[in-house]
Amino acid sequence: MKHGTFFAFVLPSVLAMLLFIALPVGSVLLQSVHAQHDQVIVEVENCGPFGCTATTAIDQQATEALRREQPLGKFVGLENYFNRGHLATGEVAEAWRTSDGLRAFLGELMNLPFYRAIAFTITYTALVTPLTIALGFAIAVAVNATTRILRGPLIFVSLLPFIITPLVGSLVLFWMIDARGILGHSFQWLAGNPDLSVKASTPLMWIMLMVYGVWHSAPFAFVVFYAGLQTVNQDTLEASMIDGANRWQRVRYVTIPHLMPLVTFVALIQLMDNFRVFEPLVSFNAAAHANSLSYYIYQDLGGETRLLNSAAATSVLTIIGIAILLTPVLFRTWRDHKRA
Amino acid sequence: MSAKAQRTPPGLRILLIGFLIVWLILAAFPFLWTMWGSFKVEGDFFSKADWSQALTGEMTLTETGEAFTGQGYYGAWVQEEFWRAALNTFVVCFSVVLVSLFCSTLAGYALSRSTYNYAFWLLIAALIFRAMPPITLVSGYLLPFFEWNLWGHISTTVIVLVAINQPFSLWMLTSFFRNIPKDLDESAMVDGCTRFQAFRHVIIPVMWPGVITTGLFSFLLAYNDFAVTAMLLEKENQTMVPKIASFLGTTQTKGNVMFAVAAVVSSTAPLFIMVMFFQRQIVSGLTAGAVKG
Repeated sequence: MKHGTFFAFVLPSVLAMLLFIALPVGSVLLQSVHAQHDQVIVEVENCGPFGCTATTAIDQQATEALRREQPLGKFVGLENYFNRGHLATGEVAEAWRTSDGLRAFLGELMNLPFYRAIAFTITYTALVTPLTIALGFAIAVAVNATTRILRGPLIFVSLLPFIITPLVGSLVLFWMIDARGILGHSFQWLAGNPDLSVKASTPLMWIMLMVYGVWHSAPFAFVVFYAGLQTVNQDTLEASMIDGANRWQRVRYVTIPHLMPLVTFVALIQLMDNFRVFEPLVSFNAAAHANSLSYYIYQDLGGETRLLNSAAATSVLTIIGIAILLTPVLFRTWRDHKRA
Repeated sequence: MSAKAQRTPPGLRILLIGFLIVWLILAAFPFLWTMWGSFKVEGDFFSKADWSQALTGEMTLTETGEAFTGQGYYGAWVQEEFWRAALNTFVVCFSVVLVSLFCSTLAGYALSRSTYNYAFWLLIAALIFRAMPPITLVSGYLLPFFEWNLWGHISTTVIVLVAINQPFSLWMLTSFFRNIPKDLDESAMVDGCTRFQAFRHVIIPVMWPGVITTGLFSFLLAYNDFAVTAMLLEKENQTMVPKIASFLGTTQTKGNVMFAVAAVVSSTAPLFIMVMFFQRQIVSGLTAGAVKG
């Protein structure tokens, strides 16, 4: 295809991505090194019968005008990154000096909002991704073992948790585990503790958020693996049987290697999606127990005072995190491309 | 291979069936339960005394005189004007699907036919863009949108969602177009068509299965989005998902959590119908990227 024609064809799509994905990244970078202007302070001289006294006051009008004129604020360099809301280098160093033992230090760290968010995000990503793959694989194997007529309805029901709006799906689950909901009641009954409540316990909240995560994305892994199972080479299976492989060995040495590229694919998509975990935290109203990077940005952006610069700094740090996560994959793709 | 050797031993079979039943309950029960409960009053669905009240509807019976009530739906749709949000959602989703398909079909076709290196790098760039959490982008939009008075309009939200949707659509459509033989459009060009005419007269008639599948996923993305619609729309033109989220803040204090339950069930219904009719396309779409590499 000629260069000119190619660019004419991709222009609308590339323009949309440049304007609304690439430029915002630039905007986030720019905002993250700025901060809102300080209030303008004026010195007012009050003169009375006993002489003059100077007092300082905030000039509201001048502040407004200045902020309107330069909405970006003033340049502060990397200050936003190192303040208490983000990397908090000062607080971390202080905690390292004063706390005795690693445990106390980590406890101190968990009081800093950014570290709290990153701890949950990484734990969530690291646990939900493999569990999703395992559950999806198990469902695929089970569905594949049923008769052909049943598979259609089985796939329909299995797709539901995936297709549902994340905010809505997590709400549905949250209402059931509410202390007054059906699952909440069952937990209380099982634990023999009538005061047990997910809303009041941090570990339970983390577990439920991850249960939701696995429930929501397992169908995706299932569908991909199920499609992969349809294309397992029957001759190879037969050959392995003639060689005396038992059922488990056939799964281990024929089916799983066949599905391996799919596992990489699902893992890649899941890593990206789990790292941005956001909606369940809104639905579960989990701010007191868990925070994620996306939710932290959302909290800064919303509310009465929009902390745009703080959100921008968190966004840049999140993007760096994503980049670290994706580097191995990109590197491999690049190597394969060069070889091809 | 003989069927006998492939047959699962009974022990394993029972294990698989048992596991499958557990999974089906996990997948379907929450929805059935919430749908059933949406026709009850709060005292039953969130019962302090006994969870079985949600089934029998004791409080519903005493409060309204019947075992089922439409109070939640009335409150959500009429009192809180959920119909407005539903209408907005329809407008947003419809426009996002149309515009997004227009852009990504052209680009996907070009990407599938180009042999140059930059086509590969464009796809990699799209993959990186796909990894970007939408909320980080939103944080980049807000200040410029406020400054240029773009904030709060449905059209802005539509364009942003189209852009966020592009990477995924590009990957999917490129892989679909690669499966349409090159000879088809190239022979049209030998006959004197320009590239665009070949696309118009030869490719467009055969591309619909792929385009419909991609359209379904664009619809899902627009319908399910919360980060963008919650931050970029005003209260007046909110779509369903942020509206439901706002129910959580406002109505829960008033004790009208059943409005939110009814709204949740209402917003789930279109998705159920969609899966019912387009299950095959959704499954093929999910696997398209994976199986073909």
